[in-house]
Amino acid sequence: MSLLTGKQINVLAIGGSAGSIPVLISLLKSISKPVPYTVIIVIHRLKNVHSELSLLLSGGLGYLQVIEPDDKMPVEPDRLYLAPQNYHLLIEADLTFSLDYSEPVLFSRPSIDVTFESVAQVFGQGAVAILLSGANEDGARGIRSIIEEGGTAIIQAPHTAAYQSMPLAAIRLNQEANVLQPEEMIEQLRRSTG
Amino acid sequence: MLQPPHPHIQLTNDELDAIIDLIWKQYGYDFSHYARASLMRRVTRCMLNAGFRTGYELKYHLTNDRNFFYWFLQTLTVNVTEMFRDPVVYRELREKVLPKLASYPVIKVWHAGCATGEEVFSMAILLHEAGLLNRARLYATDINPANLEQARKGMVPVHPMKEYAHNYQQAGGRRDFTGYFTFFNEGAEIKPELRKDIIFAQHNLVSDQVFNEFQLIICRNVMIYFDKVLQNRVTTLFYDSLSPLGYLMIGMKESLLFTNVSPHFEETSAGLRIYRRKK
Ligand SMILES: C[S@@+](CC[C@H](N)C(=O)[O-])C[C@H]1O[C@@H](n2cnc3c(N)ncnc32)[C@H](O)[C@@H]1O
Repeated sequence: MSLLTGKQINVLAIGGSAGSIPVLISLLKSISKPVPYTVIIVIHRLKNVHSELSLLLSGGLGYLQVIEPDDKMPVEPDRLYLAPQNYHLLIEADLTFSLDYSEPVLFSRPSIDVTFESVAQVFGQGAVAILLSGANEDGARGIRSIIEEGGTAIIQAPHTAAYQSMPLAAIRLNQEANVLQPEEMIEQLRRSTG
Repeated sequence: MLQPPHPHIQLTNDELDAIIDLIWKQYGYDFSHYARASLMRRVTRCMLNAGFRTGYELKYHLTNDRNFFYWFLQTLTVNVTEMFRDPVVYRELREKVLPKLASYPVIKVWHAGCATGEEVFSMAILLHEAGLLNRARLYATDINPANLEQARKGMVPVHPMKEYAHNYQQAGGRRDFTGYFTFFNEGAEIKPELRKDIIFAQHNLVSDQVFNEFQLIICRNVMIYFDKVLQNRVTTLFYDSLSPLGYLMIGMKESLLFTNVSPHFEETSAGLRIYRRKK
């Protein structure tokens, strides 16, 4: 199966919560530079996630600097953006980021749903979204939007996830999403850029 | 708990344009230069709360029901706020900015987009502890009358108090934080002597003008809801409202870099988004 070969990817959005960091890191490491698309990451409630990610990424491969976008910063390819703590991260039609300090959604700010919905609106078929491990139900509706707008949706196979409820909720709402194990995701990403 | 926008609510960009136009013509509020993605979320959220599914229903009620419009306005703006949010910024204010402001006989401060007042109350505490409150005039403005009404009561919710006390300490506060409040069942009231120099007033950053000259302007997490055109208008308004060498503080994830006034300001505290107007 090759989901992504021959597909024009403009953005790869990855959402994760509890237990998602190891898989996230291995996914990011499998993307070889330069990346022709933008990578946007939304992770819940990990205070030191920025430094942790930067550290893990700079060690070994030394590529992709982690950027926490300021409001109105342009969205550029070959960049890795991380949603800042305590804001929702949205994308405007003119390809700039916009931040939103409104109420948490499903107890989460940043919310994966909010970013995925926004990515779906702006990038449509050019969007690939991956939802990883987590102990809540964020991301399910975002995956719904990605599919409705013609993008590619991938959910981590629940039995491979440290916390299953997030992938399970997303699968329940999105029967047509692709459910993959981490190694399969890595394989897909390799093929897309290789 | 808030649900994300309901998937069955359908509002197209054209419908949103029509609603913005209607609100402008009928009520005189201009939302055309609000950041589109979050405005769309807010409008669909209002529709969800009102039980509407179509743009047509929303237009119908906005056209025919003035009270509905005022409810809509209140729910449309993002009113979330905290005391001593981003403690590092308040610490910097305490240690670097207030000592500079101390040389003015009267210190005028403007909180633009003050929401329910938590930010200006935090500032009043800082000024009080620096011995400057009696020389300060605090102007706190917002577009949303319901926020101002709440702010004038000087009441904040009790449940986040512990977090606020923690923020206060992180910001270099050494006194008994809860001593600044009187506790009631319905909330914690900031001591009146801390509030007596605060003037709450309605001011719309989209359309209203300069109304005074300030040594410090604080506008945090407000311009993120505006597009670049409106951000340029508002930052120019701030420039014109500041005395030479006056300070402008914006949110930690905002930047003057993407606005036209950028060459006229310098960031005095790297990364904290505290800027100073050049002469
Ligand atoms: C997220 S709150 C920020 C509160 C506070 N400054 C803080 O950072 O905690 C945004 C506030 O901006 C106000 N606002 C939105 N549009 C405005 C406008 N055109 N003029 C003045 N205030 C506005 C809203 O009513 C709301 O109270």
